[in-house]
Amino acid sequence: MPYSLYRHVKHCHHDKTGRPHHHTRRGGVSVESNKSGTREIKVVRRVLDVNEKMAEANRHLFARHRVFVLNVMSSPGSGKTATLVKTLERLMPEVPSAVIVGDICTTNDADRLAVTGAPVVQINTDEFGGDCHLVANAIENAADTLDLDAIDLLIVENVGNLVCPAEFDIGEDARAVILSVTEGEDKPLKYPLMFRECDVALLNKIDLLPFLTYDKAAAIANIRQIHPDMPIFETSATAEQGLEEWVAWIKHQVKKKIG
Amino acid sequence: MHEMGIAMEIVRIAIESIPAEIDSCRVERVNLRIGKLSAVVPDSLKFCFEVAAKDTPVEGAALAIEEIPVLAMCKACGHEWTITGPVFTCSQCDSGKIEVISGRELDIKSIEINEED
Repeated sequence: MPYSLYRHVKHCHHDKTGRPHHHTRRGGVSVESNKSGTREIKVVRRVLDVNEKMAEANRHLFARHRVFVLNVMSSPGSGKTATLVKTLERLMPEVPSAVIVGDICTTNDADRLAVTGAPVVQINTDEFGGDCHLVANAIENAADTLDLDAIDLLIVENVGNLVCPAEFDIGEDARAVILSVTEGEDKPLKYPLMFRECDVALLNKIDLLPFLTYDKAAAIANIRQIHPDMPIFETSATAEQGLEEWVAWIKHQVKKKIG
Repeated sequence: MHEMGIAMEIVRIAIESIPAEIDSCRVERVNLRIGKLSAVVPDSLKFCFEVAAKDTPVEGAALAIEEIPVLAMCKACGHEWTITGPVFTCSQCDSGKIEVISGRELDIKSIEINEED
């Protein structure tokens, strides 16, 4: 966060007046006032409390139907959809799965994922003002259209973006981040929240390494610097490399939750 | 990019927090606590807040942001320290098993209102 750009503001402006102020209780809220007529009313609420409550409700819903939910995030073009197509090919039918895919526009990703035979629900966030991330409410609505008792795994392919989706709980059990070797090695350092919040990382497109000047060791070291004990899988969706360990990781997580 | 959604929530909560017995007032300031690990850009949030607050009792209110440092505790040696750069290993024993104690806040602490007669 570029806090250096931000002027630090003292939060108790009453101090500036030098006047005494008194505290009263009115209407169940703590009120602080001074003679200038300005009163401070304590709120103490999480700004995203509505989303967090909905995410919690989603979590209960998925627990009741014994579904493991994996939130997959990355920047645009890192290979989320390609990876998920190859992943679902390996999981199905052993692990019955469904996908919720978020994009600002188009149903292209849903069309690609549908080939795997998994039910796919597309969310286009332009209905909600072109949001750059999925919120819990959108997941609830999408999940409504799925037969949750028929699946063990729900994969949510979030909107391509390394910043915003990390901030919004959608009621998932685990979060995965995909970083591709055509992006900078320092992405984990630039987007620490995403790499801190995720439980597993994929380093994708490794088949391209011979053609790039990419420092793979540096990329992995940067991920480790932000999230030291996070599992990292080196994969290529198109060349179908390294996918077995990743798929095994998912199977293990699903089994851990639903038995 | 998601600051508009956050700004709209701030306006909603600020309006909800005005005590019911007050007929007419102006919110002069909204005091926020934002952890340094949150993916919120203050300048962008302030811009969106201005837009979201338009034609509400919160219009024109200042947005005061108290930044909360990223505090971590090492699960291996118990050391507590403030994380200032993108390194999440223990500054004492180098263990990677750490717990982030603060820095993810995105809270409204209070609002300051001026009653209109």
